[in-house]
Amino acid sequence: MTSPADAPTMSRQSPVAFWAGFGIVLALLIVAPLVLPEFWRRFVTEILIWGLLAMSSDLLIGYTGMVSFGHSAFFGLGMYGAAAALLSVRPPSLWLALAYGLVAAAVVAVFVAYFSTRLRDIYFSITTLIFSQIFYVIIFTSTEVTGGENGLSFRRPALAVPGLFSIPFDSNTLHWFVLLVVTVSYLVLRRITQSPFGMVLQSIRENEPRTRAVGYAVERYKIVAVMLSGLFAGLAGVLYALQNRFAAPDYVFFVVSGEVVIFNVMGGIGTLVGPIVGAAFFLLLREGFSRFFTEFYLIPVGLIFTAMVIFMPQGLLGFLRRRLNA
Amino acid sequence: MPILLDQILIQTINGIVTGMILALVASGLTLIFGIMDVVNFAHGELFMLGAYVGVTTVVATGSFWLALLVATVVIALLGAVIQITTLRPLLGRDPLTTILATFGLSLVLQNYALWQFGPVARKIPEPISGHFPLFYLDYPWYRLVIAGLSAAIIGALWLFLKYGTYGIWIRATTQDRVMASAMGIPVPWVHTAVFAIGAGMAAASGVLFGPLVGVNHAMGLDWVLKAFIVVVVGGMGNLGGSIAAAIFVSLLEAYASLWVSPAQAVIVSFVVLILTLLFRPTGLFVPTPK
Amino acid sequence: MSGAASPASALVTVEGIHTYYGKSHILHGVSLEVGPGEVVGLLGRNGVGKSTTLKTVMGLVRPSQGEIRYEGRAITGLAPHRLARLGIGYVPEDRRIFRLLTVMENLRTGLDRAGLDEARKQALLEKVYQYFPVLADRRDQAGGTLSGGEQQMLAIARAMMLEPKIILLDEPTEGLMPRMVSQIRQIIDALHQEGVAILLVEQNVPLTLEACQRIYLMEKGAVRHQAPAAELRADSAVIHQYMGI
Repeated sequence: MTSPADAPTMSRQSPVAFWAGFGIVLALLIVAPLVLPEFWRRFVTEILIWGLLAMSSDLLIGYTGMVSFGHSAFFGLGMYGAAAALLSVRPPSLWLALAYGLVAAAVVAVFVAYFSTRLRDIYFSITTLIFSQIFYVIIFTSTEVTGGENGLSFRRPALAVPGLFSIPFDSNTLHWFVLLVVTVSYLVLRRITQSPFGMVLQSIRENEPRTRAVGYAVERYKIVAVMLSGLFAGLAGVLYALQNRFAAPDYVFFVVSGEVVIFNVMGGIGTLVGPIVGAAFFLLLREGFSRFFTEFYLIPVGLIFTAMVIFMPQGLLGFLRRRLNA
Repeated sequence: MPILLDQILIQTINGIVTGMILALVASGLTLIFGIMDVVNFAHGELFMLGAYVGVTTVVATGSFWLALLVATVVIALLGAVIQITTLRPLLGRDPLTTILATFGLSLVLQNYALWQFGPVARKIPEPISGHFPLFYLDYPWYRLVIAGLSAAIIGALWLFLKYGTYGIWIRATTQDRVMASAMGIPVPWVHTAVFAIGAGMAAASGVLFGPLVGVNHAMGLDWVLKAFIVVVVGGMGNLGGSIAAAIFVSLLEAYASLWVSPAQAVIVSFVVLILTLLFRPTGLFVPTPK
Repeated sequence: MSGAASPASALVTVEGIHTYYGKSHILHGVSLEVGPGEVVGLLGRNGVGKSTTLKTVMGLVRPSQGEIRYEGRAITGLAPHRLARLGIGYVPEDRRIFRLLTVMENLRTGLDRAGLDEARKQALLEKVYQYFPVLADRRDQAGGTLSGGEQQMLAIARAMMLEPKIILLDEPTEGLMPRMVSQIRQIIDALHQEGVAILLVEQNVPLTLEACQRIYLMEKGAVRHQAPAAELRADSAVIHQYMGI
């Protein structure tokens, strides 16, 4: 299994091929809600949202080499932040929800960023895990504020640009809105990972001591990486809140973080789209297996995941890693 | 304030009891990490499955002690199988892969338990009933028995490591796996054996803990987190450190639950972990290397 | 490039070994031989691949090409613990004794093998304590508290516990005082008397010339020259050429 990384860099893999592929996938996703039955419509939207979350995590795992088991904290806080905005301000405003959610996620990200500079490897991972649990416990037990176990439910805001128009979200428009946000996020993240900043991140992943020795302020890069990752994860949380109209502590539980890492590994880290594919793959497997195994779908899915870790560690799209990052 | 003092003393005992069980779980985890750099995420599930095997054996035979023995052996074997099939292929790869693989396994095992045993909690009856008056409470003897048994098991492990033939093999392999191999020690099998021992200890903890709480498929989750905290705070790979850390953390939580709800008391252990990682990352009870 | 010992009776034969560390090609077709009971030296400058050769024989590093034979049978790719049990002892360059184990426990790692009864174990221990009285004195001390020279002795004694037919000795005199160096020399002789073969990697040329019967000279990852020690003692120009001194 020689990795494409061994081959000398063929500069600029045909960008035409990439953008053509991108365009096709995008077109399919745009058309999807028009042709798919309701259930699958929501399914595709969910894949996009989880995919965004997984993609945000890939920035850390695949590009900076920091494995976070705490992304459920960013996600959950984005969700609860949006909930706070939608419940406390009348009329419910989409943009306020976004703002609150992102700020909440950013606050958490600051903490995690701090730890990322002090801790390496396993210790960082375990700390992020503990961190998401801290938030889980706080949210779970602060029943008056967060609704505790039962979470919060709220109404969807309208897609409104004040002064211009206001249309309520229906299933289709929400899907397109999510698609827009995820696509833009992907393009932004792609730009970031291919920029000089992104190159330094990858160099940190490859060999941190050497990167430091060469003169880069590794800590600062890590902090920015964590902040970015946290923001996009929080964004996913806001989208989830919009889609489902509730926020629940279950999504902050560390198992969700674990599932995000599963999406990353299954799809292929370091590819940005890989995690989205990984999320799709996992959710499809879950859907498929639930038919036969009802709620025990995690038995076969867990086995498949474990087998993939052993036999296919580069993930489904790992072989495209070079191409996608050209 | 005599009542407060009583409460503190009672919580001290509770803390020690829980701490000893936690120590038993964490010892296995730290042993496994120390010898093969594996962060065994499925450890909590081994604890949980041990409790279930205990339940099944008690139902079938009526004997708690037999249940303890059977659970330990069965789960130790399961541990050996897991190590051979899932962890050996990952030897030499990024440590992250073992976390992921064992995480995947924990999902499988947890849901397997849910499937086999259902969502309703089971109970293991206390083997020794009876209470003794402790201040204003009737304190169950059983709790003291568990603490004693856990201590005994850990003590036996320590003796085995220090004086047993294979104990020397384990210690040598932990220190220098390459030279251990060059001395004829069959390192792959030592790894399997250690994983099995760790699994067995987790299972024993599960059975011992069973009568205190209900046995259900999710009981492993809390314990795996706590065990990780204890292992890190005690110094990864440091057996004595884990035991000290287990008792330390449990005591703090026990005291904290005098003021906050038990669900919130767990934050104490989280905070301890974070403080440890920030200021004494090699472990609270380990002298900081210069 | 076969050695003076005839291939049929060689104890250890290394043939055409290529070894890589990652992408670095360290060994470029190393071939050598050690006959039963022979003391063979391997000389060369730093970084030329001498230690890597020993590690490859001991199974600590897998060669990408080539074969290693022990007592006639192929052992390439076998795990080190199998080789140790077959009778190959290894004393690494940095000694690598188990620092947290006592001297006694260090020795016991090699002693607890199948087929050894208590009497034989005791006899082995006694023998080793005779060779190295200082280890007897320190038998309950942790390995990490021993001096450099004592650790070296422990490393050799530990290998002897395997009752090996050949010991791979990697730079045993490095960093030792002259008094200790001559002690090592005596131990090599004593082992030779017992019929134990030794493949000695060294930087100390005079010691190697005295202790060995045959010497291989390595350069740039391959064996370039070999000759009986007597010959090289008489005319050391060749050695100077390969050692760069």
